[in-house]
Amino acid sequence: MVEGGLWRRWVFFYIPLTLFVFVLLFPFYWMIITTFRPDGELYKPWNAVAYQPFWTNNPTFEHILYLFEETMFSKWMFNTLLIAAVSTVISLICGVFAGYALARLNFPWAGGLGTTIFVTYLVPQTLLFIPLADIIRNFGLGDTPWALILTYPTFLIPFCTWLMMGYFKSIPKELEECARIDGASRFQAMYHIILPVAVPGIMSAGIFAFTLSWNEFIYALVFLSSPEQKTVPVGVTSELIRGDVFFWGPLMAGALLGSIPVAIVYSFFVEHYVAGLTGSVKG
Amino acid sequence: MAQVTIRQLNKVYEGAVHAVKDVNLEIPDREFVVLVGPSGCGKTTTLRMVAGLESITSGDILIGDTVVNDLAPMDRDIAMVFQNYALYPHKSVYDNMAFGLKMRKFDKAEIDKRVQHAADILGIQQLLSRRPRQLSGGQRQRVALGRAIVRNPQVFLFDEPLSNLDAKLRVHMRVELRKLHERLGTTAIYVTHDQVEAMTLGDRVVVMKDGLVQQVGDPMTLYNTPANLFVAGFIGSPAMNFANVTVVGGEGGLWVETKGLKLRLPGALASRAAPLTGKSAVFGIRPEDLRVANSADPAEYSMDCEVEVVERLGSETLLDTRVGSETIVAAVEPMVAVRAREKVRLAVTPDRMHLFDAETEKAV
Repeated sequence: MVEGGLWRRWVFFYIPLTLFVFVLLFPFYWMIITTFRPDGELYKPWNAVAYQPFWTNNPTFEHILYLFEETMFSKWMFNTLLIAAVSTVISLICGVFAGYALARLNFPWAGGLGTTIFVTYLVPQTLLFIPLADIIRNFGLGDTPWALILTYPTFLIPFCTWLMMGYFKSIPKELEECARIDGASRFQAMYHIILPVAVPGIMSAGIFAFTLSWNEFIYALVFLSSPEQKTVPVGVTSELIRGDVFFWGPLMAGALLGSIPVAIVYSFFVEHYVAGLTGSVKG
Repeated sequence: MAQVTIRQLNKVYEGAVHAVKDVNLEIPDREFVVLVGPSGCGKTTTLRMVAGLESITSGDILIGDTVVNDLAPMDRDIAMVFQNYALYPHKSVYDNMAFGLKMRKFDKAEIDKRVQHAADILGIQQLLSRRPRQLSGGQRQRVALGRAIVRNPQVFLFDEPLSNLDAKLRVHMRVELRKLHERLGTTAIYVTHDQVEAMTLGDRVVVMKDGLVQQVGDPMTLYNTPANLFVAGFIGSPAMNFANVTVVGGEGGLWVETKGLKLRLPGALASRAAPLTGKSAVFGIRPEDLRVANSADPAEYSMDCEVEVVERLGSETLLDTRVGSETIVAAVEPMVAVRAREKVRLAVTPDRMHLFDAETEKAV
């Protein structure tokens, strides 16, 4: 908190905070208001009489209905959910084991290997999709959910591995040593002691991975072509922008509905999420 | 219960850090042995090798008659108490204590019996359903001990178990640990950097420095006849005074001499010091073996000092004094009427004098 007089608190705290919150939340507000605004109001020119950009007196569900009746939105939601969930599970399993190995098993080149994994995460997707597209084509996976389920881990596994590696390092190694003296094998010590203690870290990695795959755009755009295979971000933008015509109402409705699952996931796990980023519980 | 034998034990880490050098140690059944030394002296590494948490570069470790070098920690039948307690944070106190027994497939009734018995010994019955984070430091310490006791192992290993406790609790737990050992009689190896813990807990104390064992002995042997300069300075509080002196021949035998200080060596010490005549040596005297001299004290066993600081501790008074270029601390009777910047004459107890070879640092 800012020390000093009232004016200082306003100048250095409340006003910047308000600006910050406004900048962050205004796009969401715009998305929500556009979703419920009838077309007649949406396409009114800005200098028309009684132009009212920030509010509507005639809220409508027509855009949402359009989305479900005239497009394959529910199928896109299902696709996105399936792809995000499966690739998250795959990445978590690999990330937990790899992170544990890098943090705890003293094998030669562990440090170098960890760095290499991190470097692969830094390769931009906008470059990586080119070779990946070739691989996907060779395996005949194009235009199937597998194209994304198998390519998302290319950036999710490095991410999960690094997050889990950091988390495992923050767990005192005596816990595990004690378990091993107590009669557990390395695997039992990991299963009975380390994994339960690492749950906040695993959840953070899972939420992050889920969000990244849910929002992913470029691979989904490149690897999927038929409308019934698309994910929400790609489906909404490719089917609701036809040429240079933007169907703003359904577009925003799709964006709104598409962001709800992520918002739910975040709000449910936010405490664990923060704990995961700030380190483990001390014994 | 079993004896522990350590033979020619060495540990070299990658990057050629030689942490433990040729350690030999026989620990008979039921003995409480303390490894003590400054940080980095190899005491913890030695303990971890006994536990099986650290690989052995060369040498042998035997528990009972079995060479355990290549046995996994779980197969060595030991229990270890860690400095940070290493309680499993997601398990209740009961499950923390039961975990080792569950892993070893004990039946439920036996587990319950043992946990209750250990909780009884340690006075933690009312805490069994709590989580570690709901416990105070002392309670966690007890749970960690309980987890070791339930297993009824051949050897207890302690890795600085008291150093996370505050001073008062530490003294209390020290006594508890000693009582526990009297009661259970399990062979124990205890690592600490605190010489008071070492002296009070150990049947025998092993002083280590730079990976080498400096001296092994019961506490009073270490205190009365330290083998070298390091042990002399490490054991005892306040620490032994040292002065760089020259051994010279003179009236009535051998003397040690430096600026402002000239003392005659008593008979036995003088005969041992004879080869050092004319050479430099280190003279040592413990603060508690000095007192304010009276007129009856002979001049050859007293020295004139200038008091710099007077520290009154209640039970005794410490005089920080200067003799020539050396600082000498004396622990004298509490009510002594001396003030800072005064001159005082201190008398040495002759048979408590120590002399060390300046080159080898070994006791003469």
